[in-house]
Amino acid sequence: MKFHAFLIKYAEIGIKGKNRYLFEDALVSRIIQAMRKVDGEFDVVKTNGRIYVVAKTEFDYEEAVDALQHVFGIVWICPVVQLADEGFEVLKQRVVEYMANLYPEADYTFKVQSRRARKSYPVESQVMNADLGEAILKAFPNVRVDVHNPKIMLYVEVRDQGINVYSIMIPGAGGMPVGTAGKAMLLLSGGIDSPVAGYMISRRGVTLEAVYFHAPPYTSDRAKQKVVDLACQVAKYSGPIRLHVINFTDIQLYIYDQCPHDELTIIMRRYMMRIAEQIAENCGCLGLITGESIGQVASQTMHSLASTNEVCTLPVFRPVIGFDKQEIVEVAQKIGTFETSIQPFEDCCTIFVAKHPVTKPNRKVIRHSELKLAEKIEEMIKTCIETDEIIICK
Amino acid sequence: MNIYFDNSATTRVFRPVQELMMRVMDEDYGNPSALHRRGMEAESYIKTAAKQIAATLKADPKEIIFTSGGTESNNMALYSAAATCHRQGKHIITTAIEHASIKAPLQFLEEQGFQITYLPVDSKGCVSLDALRDAITPETILVSVMYVNNEIGTIQPVDEIAKIIHAKNPKTLFHVDAIQAYGKLLIRPKRQGIDLLSVSSHKFHGPKGVGFLYCSEKVRLSPFILGGGQQKGMRSGTENVPGIAGMGLAAEMIYENLEEKQAKLNGLRRQFLEGLHEIEGVSVNGWDETVDGDEVLDRRAPHVVSVSVDGVRSEVLLHSLEDKGIFVSAGSACSSNKPSVSSTLKAIGVKKEHLDSTVRFSFGVFNTEEEVAEAIAVLKELLPMLRRYRRR
Repeated sequence: MKFHAFLIKYAEIGIKGKNRYLFEDALVSRIIQAMRKVDGEFDVVKTNGRIYVVAKTEFDYEEAVDALQHVFGIVWICPVVQLADEGFEVLKQRVVEYMANLYPEADYTFKVQSRRARKSYPVESQVMNADLGEAILKAFPNVRVDVHNPKIMLYVEVRDQGINVYSIMIPGAGGMPVGTAGKAMLLLSGGIDSPVAGYMISRRGVTLEAVYFHAPPYTSDRAKQKVVDLACQVAKYSGPIRLHVINFTDIQLYIYDQCPHDELTIIMRRYMMRIAEQIAENCGCLGLITGESIGQVASQTMHSLASTNEVCTLPVFRPVIGFDKQEIVEVAQKIGTFETSIQPFEDCCTIFVAKHPVTKPNRKVIRHSELKLAEKIEEMIKTCIETDEIIICK
Repeated sequence: MNIYFDNSATTRVFRPVQELMMRVMDEDYGNPSALHRRGMEAESYIKTAAKQIAATLKADPKEIIFTSGGTESNNMALYSAAATCHRQGKHIITTAIEHASIKAPLQFLEEQGFQITYLPVDSKGCVSLDALRDAITPETILVSVMYVNNEIGTIQPVDEIAKIIHAKNPKTLFHVDAIQAYGKLLIRPKRQGIDLLSVSSHKFHGPKGVGFLYCSEKVRLSPFILGGGQQKGMRSGTENVPGIAGMGLAAEMIYENLEEKQAKLNGLRRQFLEGLHEIEGVSVNGWDETVDGDEVLDRRAPHVVSVSVDGVRSEVLLHSLEDKGIFVSAGSACSSNKPSVSSTLKAIGVKKEHLDSTVRFSFGVFNTEEEVAEAIAVLKELLPMLRRYRRR
């Protein structure tokens, strides 16, 4: 079957009030960006509450659908056959051909749903439904009509430019178009959880920046490359991500020297949050994103979360906070980050980890331990923020 | 500073080899099977390379089959031997410390109904000859042994192994994985009783993606890669002419004045070992001539030193050295981008806490005494710092 266009359905942004056009325009430009990578030429047009992606040349169907499935804000992608208006009798023929092509097994229940956007069309939609249905029934003897729960819903829409026929609805990525909700800073570790967290927040329309804490020589350049690869994979949905690579070794070793070893991880996490927040504020981010999930590891108990949370004032979004590991893995597999995440390179959270890190850190105790860092830490934070390496991941 | 001590992983290509390859790619780029003049020119490069290589082994050029490298040579030897001799028996013998390109195909053959015996090795990585003698049966079709171990540099007593095999079962084929040995040791397959011998070009300053299998003219094997019948049907596929030409020249160059090169590598190795002994908490895996005496000189390769370092993880040491411009590898080479515990180190009984604390230094003809001195100085400076920060 040769399709000429895709009808893009977007549920949630359709109900926004006077801001609706902002969301639609953002969605249109995200679609234009996504389709640029696809071979062939496309027009993306917004007409009375609909967005169409119209192919102007030959194109690869799978490639186009894949590109559209990476655009947040799209609920359904409907491949459309566009027919010229050659009269109702010809339309009947064409619709029968469409059904024969797409459903050759000819054994299903269906319903025709017609719509006249061009009211001057001579046949009313109720009559269209009945007559087109009749034509299909005549052509395929095993086919039945079911108006309540049809297996195939056949849409026929008469428009100024011609007649659109479609029946396939491919699920889109959902959410809101990126660029409609400000920017947030993702703490990206190289594990399974943080790319998923970034994906989920970006799906709500948020533009992402990311920060990665690199600890050479304890973490290798391959570990860094892995994080870049993950950011690139998330960027397929979120659009380009500016990744800040922070050299964290000196701070880590300083904490190691000065503080009790079982508090190392939690204190390190607190400094990561502080640094991330400063970079976030420098680049206009409105919040931080982490992949934390309650109780997963020692630094993600309720006590530890409270302890890492208290060092920043920006909101910290933890979209997988209530997820089980398996649920996170499922999303990671769906968005294609899982395979990269499980490559076995050590990240900076694990290199010096104590055999028995504190799991219920007392905030007063931790604050007291941090006093031992007072002499140099501010200067060290400043240095590592100034020397961050920025990699554009797309 | 740029000190490359990872020559067992791969080597820099000799400059004349690079130039020759450029010429083949730029001017003499014909397909050696083509009937026209261009094809003849290309074919003559292959003939020359076969002659150059055969000369280093005192072999016949007909006995050289060009492959895509060490892995293919090893695969070809095992699969071809299995396919050719399976009626005679289904038993293959190898050692516990082979490279993955031997282990994996043998595992596959095991699934296909072959029986594989893995000979144990002693604490220096040397195979047990008694175990070999006991293992050979009338069903044994092949014995495959690594000449020089890639992780610890131990040399297997190939001559003795061949004698035992041929005494116990004259029909058994003897394959030697010589990927770390070729270009370092003098190899005479005929005199040593070797039937099949795998070699990889990029380990001796030739290009990557090319190697060869020496296959004694007394041995008739079925081919492993089928197609257009190139190389007398033994290995189909248009020959990698620039690679083969480059490998031929590299072979000639590496074996020119081999003794001088061996002496140089032995000198670097001795200097390095002596330096290591000045550092606390460092131990050498395999033979160490500065401790075990000169009689072990012919039992270890001149270019590999495996070092276990107390209290420092190999990856951390590797990256710290990298930071100082010194390139080494962690545990073994080619597979070290996935940190898995080395079965060679396990087989020779390296302490558990050392399995993840072992790095390999491997020298080449481009290295100098100054570089070795520098590496020792850097180790002396780095290790105390690295030991201060560790998991507790």
